[in-house]
Amino acid sequence: MNKKTSIEAELIIVGGRIIDPASKLDKVGDIYIRDGKIIKIETKKLIPRKKIRFSPEIVDAYDKIVTPGLIDMHTHLREPGREDEETILTGSEAAVAGGFTAICCMPNTQPPIDNQGSVKFIYEKAKSAKCKVYPVAGATKGLKGEELTEIADLVKAGAVAISDDGRPIYSSSLMRYALEYSKMYDLPVISHCEDLALSSDGVMNEGFVSTVLGLKGIPGVAEEVMIARDIRLAEFTKSRVHIAHVSTEGSVNLIREAKRKGVKITCEVTPHHFSLTDEVIKTFDTNAKVNPPLRTKKDIEALKKGLKDGTIDCIATDHAPHSIEEKDVEFDAAPFGMVGLETALGLVITELIEKKVLTWIEAIARMTINPVKILKLNAGQIKVGMSADLTVIDPEANWVVEPKEFKSKSKNSPFGGRKLKGRAVLTIVDGKIAYQM
Amino acid sequence: MKLKSRHLLGLEGISKEEIGLILDTAETFKEVLERPIKKVPTLRGVTVVNLFYEASTRTRISFELAEKRLSAELVNFSASTSSVKKGETLKDTVKNIEAMKIDMVVIRHQSSGTPYFLTQCLSSSIINAGDGAHEHPTQGLLDLFTLREKYKKIEGLRVVIVGDIKHSRVARSNIWGLKTMGASVAVCGPTTLMPYEIDKMGVEVYSNLGEALQGADVVNVLRIQLERQKGGLLPSLREYANEFGINSDRLKRLNPNFTIMHPGPINRGVEITPEVADGPYSVILDQVTNGVAIRMAVLYLLSGGEGKVE
Repeated sequence: MNKKTSIEAELIIVGGRIIDPASKLDKVGDIYIRDGKIIKIETKKLIPRKKIRFSPEIVDAYDKIVTPGLIDMHTHLREPGREDEETILTGSEAAVAGGFTAICCMPNTQPPIDNQGSVKFIYEKAKSAKCKVYPVAGATKGLKGEELTEIADLVKAGAVAISDDGRPIYSSSLMRYALEYSKMYDLPVISHCEDLALSSDGVMNEGFVSTVLGLKGIPGVAEEVMIARDIRLAEFTKSRVHIAHVSTEGSVNLIREAKRKGVKITCEVTPHHFSLTDEVIKTFDTNAKVNPPLRTKKDIEALKKGLKDGTIDCIATDHAPHSIEEKDVEFDAAPFGMVGLETALGLVITELIEKKVLTWIEAIARMTINPVKILKLNAGQIKVGMSADLTVIDPEANWVVEPKEFKSKSKNSPFGGRKLKGRAVLTIVDGKIAYQM
Repeated sequence: MKLKSRHLLGLEGISKEEIGLILDTAETFKEVLERPIKKVPTLRGVTVVNLFYEASTRTRISFELAEKRLSAELVNFSASTSSVKKGETLKDTVKNIEAMKIDMVVIRHQSSGTPYFLTQCLSSSIINAGDGAHEHPTQGLLDLFTLREKYKKIEGLRVVIVGDIKHSRVARSNIWGLKTMGASVAVCGPTTLMPYEIDKMGVEVYSNLGEALQGADVVNVLRIQLERQKGGLLPSLREYANEFGINSDRLKRLNPNFTIMHPGPINRGVEITPEVADGPYSVILDQVTNGVAIRMAVLYLLSGGEGKVE
């Protein structure tokens, strides 16, 4: 081993296949880290495997994939308010176990993150978290959809986007003002698209399965009409809108068309929406009750196509922890949402990469540099001088999802028992090992 | 022969043989109901709890009578008198009831899937007495029984179900049961009350009543609820009665020896005119009578009974 470099570096990730979508790098190499930053990327003279001795400073990543730390731009941490379901700390533990080095937490806490003080509270709490936590602040006060929040203040405190996620901004004029106002700060508005009159008290996708089960349906158009509205508003205001959790074929088509016309629109899809159909509700599994609801095979095909052609920019979890008691009820009474931080990467590899929907570099881009570009974060790249936020993935690991073992405080996953291929084995945040399997 | 499951949650997936077994067993019990002393000791020592989370007159009395005539011990519970209002979860409520040592639970609940949920929390046999818009299997069975009684066989009959198909658990149980027994089924109603892709259940779909009734043997008329008008699904009950109400005039399109059914309660003058409801071809009260026999058969078979009854 080169004595000089071993002194220079505090940590060396040796022999991994480095995939960095931002620089289009896909090569085996060594990554040298010091003071929490990447100081060298060596793809020519690698430290040979046989020379790696047991040492806390050297990580053997041969046969592994090394990517920029994954970023989840849509996470629900339940702090403040429902710390029994998740805290910033436990959410961050789940995140690093899933390979994420940064998560963006949504503002629908109790009370909501809708002022400078609450944004600062998140940053303060996040100091002891396992990963980086970026708050998305409310677009309207109390997320009530009546008045805009103090957006300038929120930006100064470090909010990375604004959103009333969990609900749409129902008034079209207020949505217009949110888009116009946030433009001053080049801040994206993340829109939860749902026409509440159309979704009404629906509990699952409206389709043949809801017909058979007699459960009230949420039609795909409930999402699509709001996306159509937001596209027109974003076009009119020349502002940036990001559509959260796109779930239908119609939505993908609308967004593709809008992008073609040059509208500043981006969007995300969740792993559950490209992995599960409404058929799983046949056992009335409340862990599969989620909003937007799980759709059909046809929608999944469209989502995959949208991911491939770039219509869908990001993969985000919409990690939504709920207590066992809340979910252990009759289907209509259960809250919407499922946890996702610890299954996301496995589902991306199993459902998208293994099935040849996306290449590795495409998939990782949708979990790193793409959300970074939308939120203007200084992250998501493997580059000298950047923070050493890295994820080491074992692409061949075969494992079975066992919600009991989740680091998340909540276990509400419909994926229990599912066989997945590939998972994070090591997560590095600011040059420190935050998770090791 | 025995039933495959310890529960009766719906008619979806129940085989022709099992339905045949229930109907044959019900025939035996119907004979019991004709006796001066309408009681047998079959379920002596078996405790049944009737959990009714939704208002019901017919189904509830029918289950109670069936239980009494089988000599079962029974307890009634309704949501208004329970601890539901104190914020106790359904699971806690039923676990507490089961802790008092019971054998069977009959449940009526406004949420689809609740009987299935109970099978996950309890070890008792669960009978679905109607869950949301999902299924009402004993109603489906008593309708099949009533038709078999009249026509000797169900196979080949053409049955039209008219009304609010979207919100009807009776429609769904009837469709599954009738299809399994070899009938052809059509549904007819306003397009706003027709659930998505109902045709995939193997039924013909009509929004024109005249066309639907052409050549039918049986018309099963569903109750239309006033709330549908408020929800914007219907302009008015008056228009509904004009377009989809069953009156004497419309019966002309039916096959000779036709039958009119209704699961009750009837809105006379809305979905059905009084002269049709009370006409000689109406089996509405036979359905109610047969309901007791069917429920006796279901209780007996689910408690482990085999085909033959003394």
